[in-house]
Amino acid sequence: MTRQVVITGLGMTTPVGGDVESSWRTVLAGTPGISIINEPWTHDQPSKIAGIMAVDPASCLAPHEARKLDRSQQAAIVAAREAWADAGAPEIDPDRLGAVVATGMGGLISLISSYDLLLERGASRISPHMVTMIMPNGSAAQIGLEIGARAGVHTPVSACASGAEAISYAARMIQEGRADVVVAGGTEAVIHPITMAGFAAMRALSTRNDDPAAASRPYDIDRDGFVMGEGAGIMVLESAEFAAARGAKIYGVYGGSGLTSDGHHIAQPDPQGRGATRAIAEALADAGLSASDIVHVNAHATSTPQGDIAESAAILAALGSHTGNVAVTGTKSMTGHLLGGAGAVESIFTVLALRDRLVPPTANLHNLDPQINLDVVGGAPRPLPAGDIAALNNSFGFGGHDVALVFRSA
Amino acid sequence: MSQQILEGLAAIVNEVAGVPVADVQLDKSFIDDLDIDSLSMVEVVIAAEDKWGVKIPDSEVKNLKTVGDAVTFISANVK
Repeated sequence: MTRQVVITGLGMTTPVGGDVESSWRTVLAGTPGISIINEPWTHDQPSKIAGIMAVDPASCLAPHEARKLDRSQQAAIVAAREAWADAGAPEIDPDRLGAVVATGMGGLISLISSYDLLLERGASRISPHMVTMIMPNGSAAQIGLEIGARAGVHTPVSACASGAEAISYAARMIQEGRADVVVAGGTEAVIHPITMAGFAAMRALSTRNDDPAAASRPYDIDRDGFVMGEGAGIMVLESAEFAAARGAKIYGVYGGSGLTSDGHHIAQPDPQGRGATRAIAEALADAGLSASDIVHVNAHATSTPQGDIAESAAILAALGSHTGNVAVTGTKSMTGHLLGGAGAVESIFTVLALRDRLVPPTANLHNLDPQINLDVVGGAPRPLPAGDIAALNNSFGFGGHDVALVFRSA
Repeated sequence: MSQQILEGLAAIVNEVAGVPVADVQLDKSFIDDLDIDSLSMVEVVIAAEDKWGVKIPDSEVKNLKTVGDAVTFISANVK
């Protein structure tokens, strides 16, 4: 019998709030956190807009802590401290405590600024913390160190599916008996001219610079690409027995996960969403649920023309005739795309939707694309039914990574 | 001069490691008293080199066990 995994602590810092409570309130209100990037370097950028963290994570840390951490690591630490405190800082044998924190690009900005410093002032001026600031496993390692995790510290890297993959990995550590408590999630902070130029070169970014709040509009007919975001989401996963023994507050239950790959193209989704369909089916099977149990999907929904259609096809294929009973939302319409942080932040939103029985709306959904055959929640939040309910969170990444997670109400 | 260097060093140690300025005294060991690890010590050295225009070679850093050792070295080498 597989060990049941529950969620006992949540933390985040995002473009819509500096913590879980404020972020959740803002997405329920349908308010986007997207703005113009107020930097001179945007002058020749096709996309000049982003979801910048509402609260600078460095301002939440002591200066001597912040200086040793890449911005993505600062965000991860801030979110992890919130989640750990929210879980009641469980007393646990360190050998039974793990940390799995993902990122898509790691400490890219620290790498670039260090290189600028190297050119300007020479090799001797490079910080001794540069290597640990840029390594992708840095956030997982820093969080693991802070809580004293010795069961294992890991960092899945699968672009925009990374955060969801981390939660799957963490849950499996508990199911397999390697750990009783795992702090898991994802982080990203790469709003920089080089990344903006790179994604723009792929024609992946929205260029609705004259109306930033309306730029991220998943499933709307007028969507024109994703909006870059930054931030982190962290949850505390715990074996149900351990949580029960210490009387922990339980937000929801981890149901299962499905992880597949497209085998189609390095950056474009399979137009029929076949990999995603299999991921959803595997997640349902892993959770021991059927399509009829799902009442809500927090979709990957990046607001790219192709991606949203492929995901719609996948959800329809996986949930079949039950699709019409499922309230779908795209919270990237408000947060922008947090890349390696997205799957974790959106998993937290999924868990909160189950807890509050309320699905946040998709902002900027004015004209549903006729190619989208989903019941997309727009305008106001949508109530969910009473009783035992379950929801899906989808995350896909460049490279053809497909991750689906199932959560159940507590 | 030594007092000025002590004060400057205390500010650097505070910035690098968050140690209260008042705790940075001549008899304090960087490692044992101030909890400065080897990486943070490199940061202290870089900042001190920048501030006083001195060169503190790696071979010398290992001899700088206390704040007083560092103040003495910097005082003797500052131009």
